[in-house]
Amino acid sequence: MTNETISVDQLSGWLTRFNDLVTEQVSYLTELDSAIGDADHGSNMTRGMSAVVEKIQASPAGTVDELFTGAGMTLVTSVGGASGPLYGTFFLRIGATAGPVGTLDAPGLASALRAGLGGVVARGKAEVGDKTMFDVLAPALDAFDAALAGSSDIPSAARAAYSAAQTGRDATQALLARKGRASYLGERSIGHIDPGAASTSLLFQALAETLGKE
Amino acid sequence: MKVNQEVPDMKKLINSPETVLADSLAGVAAAHPDLRVDHANRIIFRATPKAAGKVALLSGGGTGHEPLHGGFVGEGMLDAACAGAIFTSPTPDQMLEATKVVDRGAGVLHIVKNYTGDVMNFEIGAELAAAETGIKVAVVVVNDDVAVEDSSFTAGRRGVGTTVLLEKIAGAAAEEGRDLAAVAAVAQKVNESGRSMGVALTSCTVPSAGKPTFVLPDDEMEIGVGIHGEPGRRRVPLAGAAEVARQLVEPILSDLDFTGAPTIVMLNGLGGTPLIELYVMYAEVRKILDAAGITVARSLVGNYITALDMAGCSVTILKADDDLLRLWDAPVNTSGLRWGI
Repeated sequence: MTNETISVDQLSGWLTRFNDLVTEQVSYLTELDSAIGDADHGSNMTRGMSAVVEKIQASPAGTVDELFTGAGMTLVTSVGGASGPLYGTFFLRIGATAGPVGTLDAPGLASALRAGLGGVVARGKAEVGDKTMFDVLAPALDAFDAALAGSSDIPSAARAAYSAAQTGRDATQALLARKGRASYLGERSIGHIDPGAASTSLLFQALAETLGKE
Repeated sequence: MKVNQEVPDMKKLINSPETVLADSLAGVAAAHPDLRVDHANRIIFRATPKAAGKVALLSGGGTGHEPLHGGFVGEGMLDAACAGAIFTSPTPDQMLEATKVVDRGAGVLHIVKNYTGDVMNFEIGAELAAAETGIKVAVVVVNDDVAVEDSSFTAGRRGVGTTVLLEKIAGAAAEEGRDLAAVAAVAQKVNESGRSMGVALTSCTVPSAGKPTFVLPDDEMEIGVGIHGEPGRRRVPLAGAAEVARQLVEPILSDLDFTGAPTIVMLNGLGGTPLIELYVMYAEVRKILDAAGITVARSLVGNYITALDMAGCSVTILKADDDLLRLWDAPVNTSGLRWGI
């Protein structure tokens, strides 16, 4: 294993890269949301993540819980809609699980991410196949855990997670939405990628790219 | 005085899409001395809080449904309304702040329309209030839209017209001095007894998008539309008022038996339809209800829960009883509803 731990600076870099990606893809996310939602996912995510990055730049976090609790609260209070509480809860749970540490080892990162997923489920009550961000988050974390169990290092596991995330994102196209505003479309939601699934895929792209730079 | 010379790129009376909410709150504050606007937190309060010991009512939601909710803040209805961005739920810190300010020691009822974002943001707001303050919070989630058929396979029925009637009736119950559990029970009863259905003749235009949310051909209408321009049950050929009334009222009557009780009926405009057409529609709705043997005890016709500039209307029918009628008739003094004072 070449990379046993991940530092708070690398995790800050992850969130910064995620902000870059949602900013680059803002029109794409909004376009997806126009088809089956209310056309605000791109602007909501960029508003929230740029506030997160401003906060990181103004006062860099010293510990993992400080970083993610700050990011989670910023999203919860600046985004509104459904994506603010869902992404916010994801980061808040990561922070609470990681605790006041400067680095995470691979099992520590895996369990923090897993707790984040638990938070999303508790808040959004989504299940597999409901056509939500859960359909990316769950398979990505399964791939992450499987890669670590197969003695991959953290960057390789992150790449495996991103690969599973893309598959999960694309698979939402064929699904019938059962949660959120898209669910009112019924059959008409089929044929469109879920915008939340697309932004969650960017989250794993950001993680893979940030660690890939090592 | 310096005048903003910027010309918006759509035909709306705005300075810019980014400032619509703040600019409209400035107008609310200037027009209504009975209200106090917290511009930083985007909350509309009563200028004079109600008496200590009474239950307070808090609602809120995305902007674009005016007069809901800010127009219903005042004596006999809400104590505060949190304003979100257009069609986007307000955030939990707003609900926390509003809950702290309006509590008069008897607890706060949160009135939430059933949309995924609204429910989650109010939920976090209530959790924060419980953790930080210990204020008692009760919640009623309004879900009265019969257009949503498969509610077990969706986010559930949406909160629409019944919200207006609920805020009035629960507000009167709180004003009478009923405790939090009793006020919440009245609110729950209104939600369970109210049903709504809407129709759009045109889309609405969200200022930040600058173009209509959907395209509806000149000879079609969308039956069962929501209040955010989200699609309805089906698109059908445009029809006259009598036929539109039938398509709105029938699904409501087949969802709940309204016979044998006095009802309150609201014919609500969605923002882009003149009052004369709403009265034409109301006459048609009454013919259907009379023929069905339904007793209409009270009526409300006008724009109360809108979807920006959408043309169209919704019908709400509430199965009432003597208590609910008495609470409906109680004095109310808000910019959106005012009688008995």
